[in-house]
Amino acid sequence: MQEFLDSLINQGYFAGVPRDVVYAGGMIVFGAIVVLVFVLNVAGVSTWVERRVWARIQSRVGPNRVGPQGILQWLADGIKLIMKEDVVPTAADRPLFLLAPYIVMMGFVGTFVVLPFGSRLVIADMNVGILYVTAVTALVVVGILMAGWASNNKWSLIGGIRSAAQIVSYEIPNGLSIFPIVLLTGTLSMQGIIKAQGWAPWNWFIFANPFTFAAFFIFFTSALAEGNRTPFDLPEAESELVAGFVTEYSGVRYLMFFMAEWGNLYVIGAVVTTLFLGGWQIPHVTDSVVLSAILEFVTFFVKSYFWVLVAMWVRATLPRTRVDQLMAVCWKYLVPIAFVNLLGTAAWMIVWPQGNRPVRFIMLLIALGTVGYFFRRVAYHTRRAGVRAHGELYLSPLS
Amino acid sequence: MKHRGYLGNIVDTAKTVFEGMAVTFSHLIRKPFTIQYPDRTALRVQDTLPFRYRGILEVDLEICTGCLACERACPIDCIVIDVVKDKQTREMLMTRFDIDMAKCMYCGLCSEPCPTGAIHHTPEFEGSDYSLESLIRRFIKEPVVTYKPKKGGEDDPEILPLLDRGMRYVEEFASPEGKKPEAEEEAA
Repeated sequence: MQEFLDSLINQGYFAGVPRDVVYAGGMIVFGAIVVLVFVLNVAGVSTWVERRVWARIQSRVGPNRVGPQGILQWLADGIKLIMKEDVVPTAADRPLFLLAPYIVMMGFVGTFVVLPFGSRLVIADMNVGILYVTAVTALVVVGILMAGWASNNKWSLIGGIRSAAQIVSYEIPNGLSIFPIVLLTGTLSMQGIIKAQGWAPWNWFIFANPFTFAAFFIFFTSALAEGNRTPFDLPEAESELVAGFVTEYSGVRYLMFFMAEWGNLYVIGAVVTTLFLGGWQIPHVTDSVVLSAILEFVTFFVKSYFWVLVAMWVRATLPRTRVDQLMAVCWKYLVPIAFVNLLGTAAWMIVWPQGNRPVRFIMLLIALGTVGYFFRRVAYHTRRAGVRAHGELYLSPLS
Repeated sequence: MKHRGYLGNIVDTAKTVFEGMAVTFSHLIRKPFTIQYPDRTALRVQDTLPFRYRGILEVDLEICTGCLACERACPIDCIVIDVVKDKQTREMLMTRFDIDMAKCMYCGLCSEPCPTGAIHHTPEFEGSDYSLESLIRRFIKEPVVTYKPKKGGEDDPEILPLLDRGMRYVEEFASPEGKKPEAEEEAA
């Protein structure tokens, strides 16, 4: 990025303009391109994917009419919402009400600055990368609280407060699960963390030691809670709070909240991939810069989108927790275990400073065995339903 | 559920989530139950409905006797029939037979007293329209001579099938018990 702008400056494109202004301008243009081309589409398509996956899990079909297999459903929904009237309640705190969706959106789009899509495909490789992600994601809570307060509605306020309590609580296990990785790499930079891993699963940090393995699950759980996803979607629990902090919103502002929610899902996947699953690392297959960049991007995208799918699947599986259960899970279980992970990783590094390869392989085997056992259970449940008819296998994603 | 203690809770959580995810995943790879109405069904939905399905009302004017039994039976008066006597030919003429499907509650009381089964429900149920007015079915464009049952049975080959169908309909309506064994089978 910087080299590209430098070369443009050297060729005399921006004569007389201060260098920093050119950099800032380049950042804004590049950021806008990323947001328009990538973020909005991923978030939009995710809504459709979620509805299809969810429908299939509930033995339904899901949206399949707009475009081939309904893939343009999100565009239709988006256009509908954009055309709708943007209602601001009379009693609302107008400036805050109008501002809140932008802050939420900012909190989620901001993370894309450091997400590494490839060894070269990154907007900025900050030396505080992962800290920046945690910090900028925390901005979402400000927006949500703002929305809840400004709507001047009891449901909104309860939703906002719940969200604040939830996000602030879950930041702790979230952050504590990042620390073991930071200990292992000695850097906060996203690229640095990925470069410290290898392409092979046994070189990923999830298998570095048993503590990072546990940290992975804690991170994923608390990231779901921070993203207000089921089973932790108390801030917008329909059965209790109508729509929580988005109750009073309509039209394009409502769209922004949901764009942020589904986009955030991808961010969760991307951060998990970066920290624990080797990011864009691929074996050396080609010398071509462009081709390897594409392969790296595909690797990263597939890995992170897999976790988006898992989040959808979790949403279809688990019921919503109660508020007290939510807090109990965080403070009684996730936080202490995350601390144990942190200390355990530190101790592990003292005992085996170079890591312990046999343990990595054993853990990989255990993980594969679990996955294998999982599919046996799936086969069992499919067969058992077959006895009661309508248990036909239907592997095609099409309808 | 018995108290399992701290580690027991963690193990329980892992186990139950694991099992739950397996159940939902097994549903993900199964065929959806949904029947995609209207354009992706093997048959038209109307053709799959039972004979006695109470859809939109229909009148076979060829076998309508103009007895007004249906009009009297209708609890919400959505059927309006005008019958006049033709002075010259001494025949009964129906000048109007309107059924307001917007009012109709599909109770089927009109088709029970019908002597010929002329008025009956069809399996057709798609009646949506932009105005209530268009849901009023006006069967008579110009006056129609009422049907008179002939002594010694009907012999007109055009009317015979209509009459057969009508009588079957009335009989099935009058004695739904005739279908009972099958209904019991379904319940079991």
